[in-house]
Parts: sequence; C-alpha cells; structure tokens
Amino acid sequence: MSTTVLTVDDSRAMRDMLRHSLAAAGFRVIQAEDGLHGLEVLESERPDVIVTDINMPRMDGFGFIEAVRRDDTRKALPVLVLTTEVDVDKKNRARAAGATGWIVKPFDPVKLIEAIRRVSA
Amino acid sequence: MEDPMAAIRETFFQECEEQLAELETGLIAMENGTAEAETVNAVFRAVHSMKGGAGIFALDSLVRFAHVFETALDKVRSGTLEGTPIVIGVFLRAADVLADLVRAARENGSVDEARTATMVAEFDQINNAGEAPAPAKAAAATTGLFEPVPEESSTWEISFTPRAELYAKANEAAIILRELRRLGDIDVRLDTSGLPDLSELDPEGAYLTWHIKLTSDCDEAAIRHVFEFVEDDCVLLITPPEPPGFAPGTVITGDNGFKFEFFPPSEEEEEPEAEVVAAPPPVAREVQAPPPPPKNQAVEVMAAKAEAAASVSATIRVDLDRVDRMIDLVGELVINEAMLSQRVLEAGIARASGVAMALEELEHLTREIQDSVMAIRAQPVRSVFQRMPRLVREVAAQTHKQVRLVTEGEGTEVDKTVIERIADPLTHMIRNAIDHGLESTERRLEIGKPAEGTVKLIALHRSGRIVLEVSDDGGGINRARVKEKAIENGVIAPDAQLSDDEIDNLIFLPGFSTAAKVSDISGRGVGMDVVRQSVAALGGRISITSRPGLGSTFTLSLPLTLAVLDGMVVSAHGHTLIIPLSAIVETLKPRAQDVFPLDHEINVLALRGGYVPMVDIATSLGYSEQPIEPEQSVALLVEGEGGVRAVLLVDAIHGQRQVVIKSLEANYRAVPGIGAATVMGDGRVALILDVDAMVRDARSDSGARAPEQLVLTDAA
Amino acid sequence: MSVTMQADPGNRELIAFRVGKQEFCINVMMVREIRGWTAATRLPRSPRYVRGVINLRGAVLPIVDLAIRLGLPAGEPTARNVIIVVQIGNQQIGLLVDAVSDILTANSANIQPSPDVASDLVKTFVKGLLPVDGRMISLITLDNALPRELEAA
Repeated sequence: MSTTVLTVDDSRAMRDMLRHSLAAAGFRVIQAEDGLHGLEVLESERPDVIVTDINMPRMDGFGFIEAVRRDDTRKALPVLVLTTEVDVDKKNRARAAGATGWIVKPFDPVKLIEAIRRVSA
Repeated sequence: MEDPMAAIRETFFQECEEQLAELETGLIAMENGTAEAETVNAVFRAVHSMKGGAGIFALDSLVRFAHVFETALDKVRSGTLEGTPIVIGVFLRAADVLADLVRAARENGSVDEARTATMVAEFDQINNAGEAPAPAKAAAATTGLFEPVPEESSTWEISFTPRAELYAKANEAAIILRELRRLGDIDVRLDTSGLPDLSELDPEGAYLTWHIKLTSDCDEAAIRHVFEFVEDDCVLLITPPEPPGFAPGTVITGDNGFKFEFFPPSEEEEEPEAEVVAAPPPVAREVQAPPPPPKNQAVEVMAAKAEAAASVSATIRVDLDRVDRMIDLVGELVINEAMLSQRVLEAGIARASGVAMALEELEHLTREIQDSVMAIRAQPVRSVFQRMPRLVREVAAQTHKQVRLVTEGEGTEVDKTVIERIADPLTHMIRNAIDHGLESTERRLEIGKPAEGTVKLIALHRSGRIVLEVSDDGGGINRARVKEKAIENGVIAPDAQLSDDEIDNLIFLPGFSTAAKVSDISGRGVGMDVVRQSVAALGGRISITSRPGLGSTFTLSLPLTLAVLDGMVVSAHGHTLIIPLSAIVETLKPRAQDVFPLDHEINVLALRGGYVPMVDIATSLGYSEQPIEPEQSVALLVEGEGGVRAVLLVDAIHGQRQVVIKSLEANYRAVPGIGAATVMGDGRVALILDVDAMVRDARSDSGARAPEQLVLTDAA
Repeated sequence: MSVTMQADPGNRELIAFRVGKQEFCINVMMVREIRGWTAATRLPRSPRYVRGVINLRGAVLPIVDLAIRLGLPAGEPTARNVIIVVQIGNQQIGLLVDAVSDILTANSANIQPSPDVASDLVKTFVKGLLPVDGRMISLITLDNALPRELEAA
C-alpha cells in the first residue's frame, strides 16, 4: 500500500514538480490548489501526509492547517509546510497552527521524501 | 518521451506570465485606488510564487530580484511601507523588469543588468525614504536551551519528553524511536512518573518521558535531525559523548539552497520546559516498545481508500491539442450530419417520417454539441487586456504624455483562435490613441482638459460578435487636415463632398495612411491600414467615430470564433461558394437600366441615388471568360471593412448555412480572393469568398480609386 | 499499407506509379494513403497543375496533377485515376497519377544519376534513375511539387 501525499500549492509548476518527484518515489500523490480546495479534497480523501504551501489565494497555509487540526479525526495527520518564507514569525505561526514540520524551498526532492517518510507511519 | 523537467519548466514560465499579468492588474488597481484588501496579497503572492518556482530551476538572478521585490511588497502588506504613488510607480517598473527577467530566463537570453541594478537601488530608496529603518529581523535560528556536556563514551544519552502538542501535530514518539534505532543500538527506558491518576488523565495529554541510550558514531546533528520536527514540542536533552559540532535549531542546507528545519525552541517560548525536566522520575521501567501513540481510525480509512482517484479538482487542465481535435471532430460531425440530411432528402423520404424527424433531432443535438465544444475553447479577453497597461506606460513615456487606461469587460469571452489574434490590432489601436489621439499635456492644460488623458478599452458581445472599442478623450480627428491630405495623395477627388464619418474612415485607406507618415497630422492615420487588413483577415471590421475636441472611438468587431461561420451559399459558373453573412447588406435583382459601364471592364449599379461598383464573381475568380449578364444574375450588396461597398454578381443563391471553416493554408497556401474553405453536405470542398479582397479589387480595378461613398455622394 | 523497415539503412522502400507512359517512384515513407479520384474543387488564381482541393476526412487537400507538373501530356482524370496522399513537411498533398505500379526495395547503389542532358523540369524533380526488369523508373523529389507562397498566383 503506497503512502498517499496531499500537496497543496497554488503554483502549477510546483504542483507538477511535487507530483513528479513524489510519484517517482512511489507515493500516491493527490493535489489541491489552495487551502479551501485542500479541505474539499480532504472530504473524500484520507492522505497519510500533507505538504502545503503558505502563500495561497482563498485560504492560506495557516488557515488550512488550523482547519485540518480542527477536525478530531485529522489530529494525527502530519502536515509539512513547504515554503519560501524564511521569516521566523511565519514559522511560529505555522507551528501554532499545528504544522508538523517546515521545509524551505527550493526543495531537494531527496530530502523532501525523507521528511515525508519520517513523519508518516 | 518528453523530459518531465522540461515540461515543468515550461509550466513554470506559463505560470509566470499569468502571475505577471496578475501582478500588473493588482498594481494598477493599487495605483488607481481601486485595490481591495486582497489585492496586495495577490500581488505579493504573484512575486512570491515566481520566486519559489525560479528557485527550482536555479534562476538565480530572477530569485534575487523577486526577493527584493517581494520584501518591499511585504512591507506594504504589513503596513510598514505606505503604498504611495511613488512606491507603486517603482513597483510597476519593477514588474516590467521582472517580466524581462522571466523572458530572459525562458529564452536563456540576457537582461539589462544595469536596469535591474537601478531598480534594486530604487527599492533601497523607497525602503529608506520617510520610513523608519526596518527593525532588525529576529535571527533565523535561535540558540538552543541545551548546553551539551562533554562525556567520554560514545554513548549518547537522550531524554525525550513529548508534550501534548507533539501529538497534536501528528508526530509520533514511536516513529522517532524507530528512526533513532537506525542510527545505532538503543536502550530505551520509559519513564511513566509523569502519569497522573487515571481519573485526572487527559486522553490527549502527554505524560511520558523516554530515556534513551544511543550507541552510535553519529554526530549530534544526526540525532537532532531525527527530532527535527518535534524539537519544540518536547523537552529534549541530548548529552553527547563529546563536544557537539552543532547547536539545536540547526538548519540543514542542501546544495541548491534547500533548507530543512524543525521549529527550534525560541527564547520567548512560554511553555515551562524546565518544570517538566525537573519532575523527578520516581518509577522507571524497561519497555520493549513504546506504547501506541494517539491514533485514530483515519489511518485505516486512508489505507482503504488508496485506490481512489489520484487528483481531485473543480477544474481540469486539458491540452489544447485535444480540444482542437475535438472541435475538428465535431466539425466533421456537423458535415456528416448535413451529408446524411441531404442524402435522406435526395432519397425522397417524407419530412414527416420518423427518419426525417430523428434526423432533425440529430441536427439539433449536433449544433448543441458544437456550441458546447466551442465554449470549452472560449476564453475571457482578460489575457490580452492585461498586456495593455505596460504598453500604455511605455507609449506614454515615449510621447511624454500622462495617460490613464480604463478597461471594461475583461471577462468577455471569445474563442481562443480569436484571442490570439486580437492583441496586435489592439496594440496598434492603443498606441495610436496615445500617440495621435491624445493632445500633449501642455495643449490639454491650455484648453482646460485634465493633464492626464484617458484611453478606454472595452469589450462586449453584440449580435453574435465580439466588439472591442478603444476610445480616447483627445482632440478627435482633424478632418480638414485629413481631407487635405487625402486630396494631396489622390485618395479622393478635390471636389468630393464627404460626410464627417466618411472623412474619419479615410484613415483606413492604404493610399492614405502609407502616405500619411507625417507627424503634423493631429488626427490619426499611421499604420491604420495595417490594422484594418489584419482585422479583415479575421472576418472582422473596424470603424471610427470622432467628435472634434472630445476624442475618437475605434470600434473593432470580430466573429466569436474562427472555427465556424454563417454563410450564404451561392453559385458562380457552376462553382459553389460561401459568402460570409456578416458582409452581406442585402440581395438584389439588378435591372438592365440600372447598370452603367464605368469603363470597358467595370460596371456600376445605380442604387438609391448612388453608384456602386459591380464585381462579377465568375470572371473575377477566373471561372469564366464570359461576363455574366447582370439581369441574369443575382446581386449581393456587400460591405467590406471601413464600410466600403460593392455589388457581387452570382448565378444563384442557395440559402444560408453555418459552415465549419477549414484552412487552405494548412496544406496549401493563401489564395487571393478566397478566405478559407469548408466541406459541404455532399462531401465536396466549397470555397469561402474573401469579400474584402473582392471589394478592394473592384476599387483598384476600376482605377477610380475613390471609395464608393464618394460616388454615391457625388451623384446625390 | 505496412512497410517493413530494412535493417540496412541504405535500403529504401519505394512506391512506383505510372503517369502517362512513364514510371516514377517516391520513398514509401512519404505516403500516407492511396485513394481513388474524386472531383476536386477548383482553386482560383492557382497554377494549372493544381487540380483543386478535395475533402480528406475534414482536411482540405490540394491535388497536384503530376502529368501537368512534369510537363507530360495530361487528360481529364477519371475514376480509374489514383491519388497518392503524401506528407511533405507539415503539409499533406494529393498526387494525381494514373496508377500505382509497384513497391520496390532499392539501395543507393541501384540508383543511377540522371544524365546531365535533362531539361530544367527533369532537373527540378528527378533525383535518379532506377532500372527494374528492363523498365526505367525515375526517382522524383516532391520538394517543389506545390507552388511557393503566392509566387505563381
């Protein structure tokens, strides 16, 4: 059974990149374009790990993580933040929202995959 | 097989174009004061996202510039920098520089480094001007709380006390221990002394501490790496066998700038970590495996759903090729349906029969499918409109004028085939409106107009066509000058009496505009014949209205699609031809007494007090040597671009129908007088007449060189 | 039509056809399909050798009458005539010929240079001569089969 990863990113290039790298590593990849879309996807999908961007239209990464955590059934769902933000305040906000980890773009596919393996059971 | 990275790179650049457009739209809204709260976020996001993507492909100069830009935008977003007109002006110019950087990266070209550097300097200026220097940002990584104590053995001692937050963020102690085991031999002791009485136990609380002895030759960073995600949601005490090389909060950096970091414990951390550490461990017992961490049914559900659809989305992206293919196929379907109908008709099956009625239904369905398929390829004109503000800025700068661009109807949809081809005429029209339409700033102030001129760009649907209007609030066409010029160039006769409208539309005549490359005309004219030609090639029309002192409006009307066309089926010397319905004003039956020879070749038809040149289609296209007798023919009064009219003579009219437009150029080349081809119900190819070319020919053949209106007016 | 590619890159499959009394051939890889003659829609202001256009499954296909193009005697096409649909670059065109006569395998060594006495027309089209069973088949190129953009209008 392959691990399912939900990626949430408004950039098509980044989504393609994530899909490409993660699928090559044997993950099943599902994708959403922003936080709201991510929540919609979660209504019908149960990913093992979420990788999310912070800056997105409609609902940003902070809001998305908070909403994910608000649902009791998703308390144990690892959420990794993948962002270009280096600001400590933002990082703390992501922590407070319930993020599991923080990865600064440009990502190294190998390290990203390692991080996903690390947080997924 | 296509290189996936190349495809992603291409996607990235496409996306950049969209983000550049969004950036510009947003900045202009900020400039105009129409920005909404979300606008500045969208603008920030656009730059931010380009920076992120550029990082993947190591487009360093793009990343660097985007970063500078983004930093300034973030200041505006957070309110530490005011979005004054000067600041927005810098942003707009920066957006142009960014666009150049993107394009240079895409084409592996070079950029004007000096311009980029100047732009960066401008950012420095706005960052410093009037603003208090930004407070120094907190250090990216704070120092840890744990002072390592040197030890002799190679056994690390780790004390790990998860807090509830660790579980709340979906980390699991078990996984961490599993990872630790990979580093070397571990000896785990679970300390349950923190466990309260069962009655006080919070099911989501965390009460356990693990004491781990790790025998390994790894360094501290490797151990920290294991705790990377949880470091600030636990109390972690690592006692190294030797002085460690790294402090907690270590950032792991890859070759490409990759950074991977757990939330390091920060100084202002409020959680009382010391307390927990201080808690004495009265009971300790050995465990083989840690207790199961908080877990829920989600995991099982996830596993069960592994086969569900791989991607969920409200919209899907489809290769344009596939849509085009589908449109082609539906075109085939339409033709086949028509062929079938014709066969049924020829077979003499009664109209009321079941077959005929089913066919009618099929026809209806076919049309509906066609409309739906065409709608897939329809796009708002926004993408083209978004390119115009930059153009306006550039032309305004070149001409030293102040110009405000107002756009309306960006959401108006039109087939992609049309969208791709309206950018050039629009560019020309807008350039013209600023350069020749608007007065100089000095002149505007002199006559009491606002210094800033307005150019308005509007899109709307009107009677099955898309209409694009470009208007300015300049001086309007200087009709006396235009007329003088037209007479000078022999475009009109010196004694011609022209209506204002007719004079205005003279600027579209090639003879006029090529000769009018003089800047002393305050009206318009330069290159307008080029615009007219490209518009005509699209089956469109262009006209102008002008009010002296108040400005001019160009109106461009185009078919909504270049895939189908409503046409009149006619025949000329046994050849079936299609004449676009949009060009036909009316059909006539010419009477012999209304036909007058203008010279040995050209006849004119007297029509309501004027004379219109006649074109014999069969001889004009070389189907026949023998001219048709006008009274034996059916005549169609047609109007080409600029309102120029002619009468086309054909043998017969066979009714109207919608036809699927097929390119002649795809496998052959352009044919003069023929716009395109289509396939008829009998499976044969029929040619679609290029009415504008026929009308043009009629005029140049006649040698009169005079627009038909002049003839009309003279005779009146 | 299925073509087995020869391992020897020097070998080429050629399709031979008759135009009047002469035989010509082209590389079979250019051929997309072969179909019977159907009436073409005449194109105004086009050279005489362009017979017009036909509908090939929705695409508009120009038909070049090879007899006229090669300066040979030509008559009105009948149902016995054949159209060879060939791919030239991005374009497909139909070649009107009398009949398809053979499929040949030839390598470069079989192909003789055309003698230097040939006319301009021959020089334009004929790339070599191929003796087959006492017949002479001219290998032709189709690079100049269609008129250039508007020049011949």
